Amino acid sequence: MSQINEKEPFTKEVLKGMLKDMILIRSFEETVEKLFQEGKIHGTMHLCVGQEATAVGACLPLSDNDKITSTHRGHGHSIAKGTGIRRMMAELLGKETGYCKGKGGSMHIADLEVGNLGANGIVAAGLPLATGAALTSQMKEEGYVVVSFFGDGATNEGAFHESLNLASVWKLPVVFFCENNLYGMSGSIKEMVNIENIAERGAAYGIPGVTIDGNNVKEVAETTQQAVNRAREGKGPTLIEAQTYRWKGHSRSDAKKYRTRDEEKEWRKNKDPITRMKLELLEGNVLSEEDIAEIENEVTKEIEEAVKFAEESKEPDLDSLMTDIFA
Amino acid sequence: MREITYLEAIRESMSQIMRDDKNVFIMGEDIGVYGGAFGLTNGMVEEFGPFRVRNTPISEAAVSGAAVGAAMTGMRPILEFQFSDFVMIAMDNIVNQAAKNRYMFGGKAKVPVVFRLPGGSGAGFAAQHSQSLEAWMTHVPGLKIVQPSSAYDAKGLMKAAINDDNPVLFYEHKLLYSTKGEVPEEAYEINIGEAAIKRSGEDLTIVATGIMVSRSIEAAEKLADENIDVEIVDPRTLVPLDEATIIESVKKTNRVLVVYESVQRSGYGAEIASMIAESEAFDYLDAQVGRLGGKATPIPYNPKLEKAAVPQVEDIIRKVKELIGK
Ligand SMILES: Cc1ncc(C[n+]2csc(CCOP(=O)(O)OP(=O)(O)O)c2C)c(N)n1
Ligand SMILES: [Mg+2]
Repeated sequence: MSQINEKEPFTKEVLKGMLKDMILIRSFEETVEKLFQEGKIHGTMHLCVGQEATAVGACLPLSDNDKITSTHRGHGHSIAKGTGIRRMMAELLGKETGYCKGKGGSMHIADLEVGNLGANGIVAAGLPLATGAALTSQMKEEGYVVVSFFGDGATNEGAFHESLNLASVWKLPVVFFCENNLYGMSGSIKEMVNIENIAERGAAYGIPGVTIDGNNVKEVAETTQQAVNRAREGKGPTLIEAQTYRWKGHSRSDAKKYRTRDEEKEWRKNKDPITRMKLELLEGNVLSEEDIAEIENEVTKEIEEAVKFAEESKEPDLDSLMTDIFA
Repeated sequence: MREITYLEAIRESMSQIMRDDKNVFIMGEDIGVYGGAFGLTNGMVEEFGPFRVRNTPISEAAVSGAAVGAAMTGMRPILEFQFSDFVMIAMDNIVNQAAKNRYMFGGKAKVPVVFRLPGGSGAGFAAQHSQSLEAWMTHVPGLKIVQPSSAYDAKGLMKAAINDDNPVLFYEHKLLYSTKGEVPEEAYEINIGEAAIKRSGEDLTIVATGIMVSRSIEAAEKLADENIDVEIVDPRTLVPLDEATIIESVKKTNRVLVVYESVQRSGYGAEIASMIAESEAFDYLDAQVGRLGGKATPIPYNPKLEKAAVPQVEDIIRKVKELIGK
């Protein structure tokens, strides 16, 4: 949520903030799932449980002026960029106080004030938008950088390839951040591309491509910081591929026939980004068990407040149907 | 007769043809073990294998173009889009290639491809997953547009679409998938370009498409309690359009309301309405041609707003009464 000091990037305070954001994202998602099952949220939603480190790590080097574009699986990106969970929850409940006045729902949460240019229902649609936002930054010399999140599946859309090329030839200040969670909806990335790592695709457009452990939040933050620096210096885009895993099904109903329970267990047990960070902080004596318990309590409170706010908020008026169509 | 859902009817129709014709195959995102976004292809990869039930990368531009290319060279592909909204990414291949190749080549190529497009609102999926843009396609010469409103029609029209030597856009409705109807087990074909009279009546004709057919039937049943006798014509295919059946019905009832889900402005109902006004039925009209379509707004997420964006049963009743003067 704020740019890190590069000489001493990971102060205790920063680390605590990162852990808290990850716990907040997970708790938000678990709550959303529960509300969906209770019928309080309708439509559909895509949860990012297991992928918290990519959102938090990638947004850490960004200031409020910097921007992101997000995806259908966007709750984590929004939270990490500083979009508030009360109005997010209200949006999911279709309320007037939601970020989109109840008109957008899960797939369209946007908060322009903190540089969140929106989730997106169209796979890979965020990349060209991010490229355009970076063009504004370049043309108006605004100095901001845009991070565009997208999944592994999105890298097979033309929009991905055309955006990388355009941003490369125009040296635009954008970071293309791929969350490779190994699957699209069901399509295994191994069957959908014929290369080892998605990051290799950067070479085709003359931009650096790096593959990193997306469940190591510090590694994500450091790599993104370098890409952000490069972008700010006018050297153009970077493609980051962060390897991670979505714990839940793709959306509301998914029998997960395309992957094994063993594979899921392996990622949950041994590669959980939150457990890993907690252990690291405890072992390094950065945080105590009590500190962590305190964070968890805070999160629980914030989530409860958000749900209460959302539930008590009013439904939009029918008149609002025909407003906001034109500026 | 046996009842199955609209979704099952489409699957059954495709499967029956695939058993007979090795050139017919289906492509789409997650249509393998996942069964597609709506489970429509459940079991198909198990029966036909991944060579003929092809899971594609998320690449609508490449895959739609590949479907056209395969169709031009001897295959009969079916392409499933997860939501009709994603056809936007495939537009060049449909509009500039599939629709025009035969004509541009002086009648030399055939493009027997079916694009399956789940459309419509009502499921809470918001603005990018709920549109009804079939009118765009009807504007393009060279494309046939099919929009079944029942399980029976879906099965018969799917067979006709696959057997047609031209590109067919097959609009399915998400809310209709789970609706049941009587459907024969054996394969049968419904001619593309043949409307169906879904209810006969004397006082007013409703020409309804897609999900609006069942809503109009419900409205008609309620109106019957007030002694208003509505006839319902479902064109079933928008291009070609069975003008004669519509005109005959209007000549009989002397009043007509066209009901459609897409945005009223420039929706296909506008074409139907002007066709009626220009036809011999005009002289038989006792009231202006009525039109009831969606509001000119993107589809909102909130369920109350979403309902208000497109015609509901009550709206149809109100509009019928207006035209009848009651
Ligand atoms: C253009 C387009 N095609 C298809 C879809 C349907 N769809 C939604 S999410 C998804 C899978 C995306 O996979 P990936 O990019 O890896 O993101 P993940 O869901 O894994 O986060 C698909 C196919 C869509 N929303 N937009
Ligand atoms: Mg993925």
